Amino acid sequence: MFDVEVEKLTKCFGDFCAVDALTFNVEHGEIFGLLGPNGAGKSTLIRMLTTLVPPTSGTGRIFGFDIVHDANKVRQSIGVIPQAMTSDLDLTAEENMSIFAKLYSIPRDKRRRTIRELLKAVDLEQWADKPVKMFSGGMRRRLEIARGLVHEPKIFFLDEPTTGLDPVSRVAVWEMLSRLKRERDLTILVTTHYMDEADKLCDRIAIVDHGKLVALDSPLKLKASIPGKNILEVSFSEIPPGWENVLKALPEVAEVKGEDHVFRISSNNGPRTTTELLESARAAGVTVTSLSVQSTTLDDVFVHYTGHQLRDALQAPPASSSPFMLPHR
Amino acid sequence: MNRIWAIIERDLRRFRRSPTLIIVSMIMPLVQLVVLGNAFGGKIKNLKVGVVDQDHGVPAVKLKEMFQAVAANARTFDTIPYTDQATALRDLREGRINGVLNIPPNFSRETLAGASPRIALVEDNTDQFSATALEGTLNQLLVPYNSKSIQPRLTPNATLSIVEIYPYVPYIQFLLPGTIVLAIFVSAMIGGGIIYIDDKARGLHEGYLVTPIRKLELIMGFNLSGAIKAVIAGLVLVTCGSIIAGIPDPLNILRLARLLIVVMATALALISMMFLLMVRVNDPLVPRAIFGVLNTVLFFPSGAVYPTQSFPAWMKVITTVDPMTYAVHGFKELILKKTGLLAISYDIAYLLGFAVLTMAAATLLFRRTL
Ligand SMILES: Nc1ncnc2c1ncn2[C@@H]1O[C@H](COP(=O)(O)OP(=O)(O)O)[C@@H](O)[C@H]1O
Ligand SMILES: [Mg+2]
Repeated sequence: MFDVEVEKLTKCFGDFCAVDALTFNVEHGEIFGLLGPNGAGKSTLIRMLTTLVPPTSGTGRIFGFDIVHDANKVRQSIGVIPQAMTSDLDLTAEENMSIFAKLYSIPRDKRRRTIRELLKAVDLEQWADKPVKMFSGGMRRRLEIARGLVHEPKIFFLDEPTTGLDPVSRVAVWEMLSRLKRERDLTILVTTHYMDEADKLCDRIAIVDHGKLVALDSPLKLKASIPGKNILEVSFSEIPPGWENVLKALPEVAEVKGEDHVFRISSNNGPRTTTELLESARAAGVTVTSLSVQSTTLDDVFVHYTGHQLRDALQAPPASSSPFMLPHR
Repeated sequence: MNRIWAIIERDLRRFRRSPTLIIVSMIMPLVQLVVLGNAFGGKIKNLKVGVVDQDHGVPAVKLKEMFQAVAANARTFDTIPYTDQATALRDLREGRINGVLNIPPNFSRETLAGASPRIALVEDNTDQFSATALEGTLNQLLVPYNSKSIQPRLTPNATLSIVEIYPYVPYIQFLLPGTIVLAIFVSAMIGGGIIYIDDKARGLHEGYLVTPIRKLELIMGFNLSGAIKAVIAGLVLVTCGSIIAGIPDPLNILRLARLLIVVMATALALISMMFLLMVRVNDPLVPRAIFGVLNTVLFFPSGAVYPTQSFPAWMKVITTVDPMTYAVHGFKELILKKTGLLAISYDIAYLLGFAVLTMAAATLLFRRTL
């Protein structure tokens, strides 16, 4: 049995299906990422799995409990962080937690201890008695993560936990999640539209677009599954005449763009082009002052499988680069 | 039970930390009580009446003297002598005076001949209140005038003697019951309408719905916390309002205890009604938009500001179903007439019945999903 089993799960609003016959399973102990642009149907899927929205058709099971027929058992066993920040600004961190502990019927003597423990786990223990309106976005998110764990669920649903946070807070939230997962033996199902996050933190990723599952695998395998495509950024000490044509003639090169001493080379086979480039440079007596090769990113995977860019590339993540800077001479 | 209390606890803690909205819900009715209570129902004074004497005989002069006496004492009006009627009427049209009293040329002759002479009052009836006051005063004035000149008749006039069974009730006291109801309504509107929908729109309810809380626990939590806040608003108005309006012995414990019962019944009725209205609403603009309309539609037909007997038939229909009608009536009995609960058992029964019915309907419509 899988922790989460989703079979042909569908949610339609009128003619429009926000989630269209999704099928996948989440294994115990993994961080499972749902990656997709805004409007892909991620929140709708999470809401169905957390019993907030009844599905149009298909089934979902959490620890074997049906999300429709055993809704209350599902609710008892899951922790949920909705997309919107829902902590109460006028209440303190501890009060916010305490209300939810009561909603989960945690006995009084256990309540205080659990709350203190969790606030410590998310680095908010010294803020326990402060009203949440004094908190930054990242702190609120961490509080909500603690709140979602107050009844010690074994599976944790988070809908875009880092959207709207600054880069430092985003990293902090993810590190916290990884640690909590290890310490508490959690299975995590998380949605995001940040490619880099999904890449670094998820064990497996489901790419969702227009409500459909377009790809599902580990980030590494997803990237390996598409034809290689690398960008070489290289600069030279001096440029001999006709140098650009030499570069274009290198094997597997698709495109070359030059600007002063810097060239940007698109290659279908990064390692091969790089080797040849260095040899041509030595032969021509040209010194390479810097060189970086950017490997395939999840963006490329996304474009490959969906045929379009991630539509809201507002905060386009930096390509996960593997720079090997060559020392000067 | 614990879960119901968790919902209430959250709401009340929040209310304690930022009570602004609820305080507003008490201040608005208090301001209305003070301003409306003094703006309406006072004795009208110093109306300007032009007097045109076309007669100049002794009876006419006597009449004018009586007018001037009223002007000097009761001050309902001041008299302004005019020599010709045309000027007086022009000033009336142009709003410089409120009425013209015309003593016709043959007034003295007819009076002395024992006929019934007529004097004419031309009034500015665009202002009903002033016109009525003027008519009333002049009619009263003609009674002693007549009794002096006319011998007692053989056929006695039927007279109506009026017995006032309660001490004189100033308008501000008449208004107080409605004001208490208004405070409860505003609190229900803010707590059960505006804040409720804001919370829903902000996703707070989503947070509740993923926990194992049951539908009924959620409904009870929302409504009890709303009712508690409305009761607090009502009690503040009952005490502060009674003191402001000058109700004798405003802090009588027994009466306050009885009032508390009506406050609670009213709060439950209005919160349940609000919950029914809002149960399927998601847009935070909706409660704000209907606030004014709902207030007008429920408050004025309730008899809070004017006796219901004067209403047209269609408005009496609203009056009959409007829970505020029964709340206002209940408070009126307890505050102005100092009756016991038995006298208002029907009001309390209606309010509770209304609460049960609306709550049942809302529970049927309430969805434990988004
Ligand atoms: N209650 C609803 N009624 C109609 N359409 C909805 C509703 N909820 C979501 N949608 C639509 O479903 C699509 C998916 O929304 P959502 O699941 O929120 O996407 P995501 O979380 O991936 O950004 C969107 O086009 C959205 O407009
Ligand atoms: Mg979403």
